[in-house]
Amino acid sequence: MEISESVFKPAVEGDGVAKVNIKDLAVYYGKFRALAGINLSVHEKRITAIIGPSGCGKSTLLRSFNRMNDLTPGCRVQGEISLDGENIYAPGVDVVDIRRRVGMVFQRANPFPKSIYDNVAYGPRLYGIHRKADLDEIVEKSIHQAALWEEVKDKLHQSGLSLSGGQQQRLCIARALAVEPEVILMDEPASALDPISTLRIEELMQELKKDYTIIIVTHNMQQAARVSDYTAMMMIDEQRAGRMIEYDHTNIIFTRPKDKRTEDYVTGRFG
Amino acid sequence: MSHFAELMERNRVSHGRRRKVANAVMLSLTGLLTALALVPLFWIIGYVILKGGQYINLDFFIHLPRPLGMPGGGVLSAIEGTLVVTFLAALFAIPPGVLAAFYAARYPNTPLGVVLRFSTDVLSGVPSIVVGLFAYSVIVVPMGHYSGLAGGAALAVIMLPTIIRTTEEMLKLVPATLREASLGLGAPEWKTSLNVLFPAASSGILTGFLLALARAAGETAPLLMTTLGNEHFNISQIFTAGVQGHKSIFTILWSIVNQPVDSLPLTLWKYAQQPYPERVQQAWAVALVLMLFVLIVNATARVWIQRRNRLMKG
Repeated sequence: MEISESVFKPAVEGDGVAKVNIKDLAVYYGKFRALAGINLSVHEKRITAIIGPSGCGKSTLLRSFNRMNDLTPGCRVQGEISLDGENIYAPGVDVVDIRRRVGMVFQRANPFPKSIYDNVAYGPRLYGIHRKADLDEIVEKSIHQAALWEEVKDKLHQSGLSLSGGQQQRLCIARALAVEPEVILMDEPASALDPISTLRIEELMQELKKDYTIIIVTHNMQQAARVSDYTAMMMIDEQRAGRMIEYDHTNIIFTRPKDKRTEDYVTGRFG
Repeated sequence: MSHFAELMERNRVSHGRRRKVANAVMLSLTGLLTALALVPLFWIIGYVILKGGQYINLDFFIHLPRPLGMPGGGVLSAIEGTLVVTFLAALFAIPPGVLAAFYAARYPNTPLGVVLRFSTDVLSGVPSIVVGLFAYSVIVVPMGHYSGLAGGAALAVIMLPTIIRTTEEMLKLVPATLREASLGLGAPEWKTSLNVLFPAASSGILTGFLLALARAAGETAPLLMTTLGNEHFNISQIFTAGVQGHKSIFTILWSIVNQPVDSLPLTLWKYAQQPYPERVQQAWAVALVLMLFVLIVNATARVWIQRRNRLMKG
């Protein structure tokens, strides 16, 4: 197994703090090993992109950060993922707490069939906030943060499904922000959007990284190059298990990668 | 031009003509057969309106049946009985049906889920007269008398498969990503089901209720063996008598469901067999009322869904 040295420590000393640390992670679906030997440290308030060809386990890795894999029958996780130094897979850890601290935005915008307001208020209500004034404040703040306020402020009580695709995705981001997470996972958040909506999401990510740690899975190489500070390159090995072959500053991955396969992939020679 | 190109060009012209003819023939054939399939529906509706429409008047809805030979008289007892029995059936069938459907949708491959789906199919195939016999032997016989309660229970058994099946299908149609979005925010499974899954599927589930209700309202065989029929059944009379006798509301409600009741299909069946023209005329009128009842329930379901869909899409 070839893993560059930089995997085990922050890619550049003194540049941010490690927010999430993955140590020897392996994920199994039944007998099938989907991920093996993953080591990664994610920097706080930076954007980390995970790239790689289809089926290399990017989404599986992403779903390990908030234990969404628990929902897949037969899924088993080995190794350790620590959030601020605490292993989220340790026995006795409250998965609800993990999911509040690690929010998720999905590939297809998936607002609930409720009003815009109720979509955003859904999370806070789960955590016992019911006073209208409090909810109003959270809803407005979250929608502002998601750069959607101007477009929806007059129709907060219309269905979330009445918005355009790009607006729906920003609504989903607002919904995730409303529970004040520390880390936001994004699973190809713009892959179903037109170029202008994609651009808005990318600009939004730049805003959000001032306060949040963002991990994004993307198929779009230009997107990874544009938005991320760090990039992790994944590939499958001979046993079809996903492995991380290189992890570094985004500009290094895209200009002078150490691994030949990374170079081939980012220059579009395969994948 | 190569030999093949010439051949293809010639074929294109002749095939084109043949294609147009075939298209015209098939199109008219499908149109004709579609029209043919609609004939029974409109025939039935038209015939029932023709035969029964003239005997429907206000009296028909507000009076109890009168003895033969007396003019006027209606089928109030049957209308009220049908409402009572279908209401009871919905009350008995909906809660267990919805919970069973939730289980089947959520855990389809567990042993219980498989057995549940199989039994639902079997249950929907049980003849309704057998369901009536069953209700007769487990409710009517132990209680010692016929009752609306027994009729409601029999109809509930008839409704159950439809409710389980439609609810299960509607729950399965909710995109998995909605569930994930809720769970991803840290919502526990039960809150996700209650706040996201069921609301997202609610319009479809309600349609299932109404369709099951419409079907049950038209059933005759199970009621033959459970409700018996009661031409004097009159809710307002029972109420007035109960209030005057200083009985509690529960006693009054109990006496409504605990006695034999009339119902529209049963009245239709009885009247249609009698040798008196007035009764046969009334049977047609009852048929029309029953048909309208079912049509209205169905139409309400559709309109309601459309309005809801429009609201949800903005």
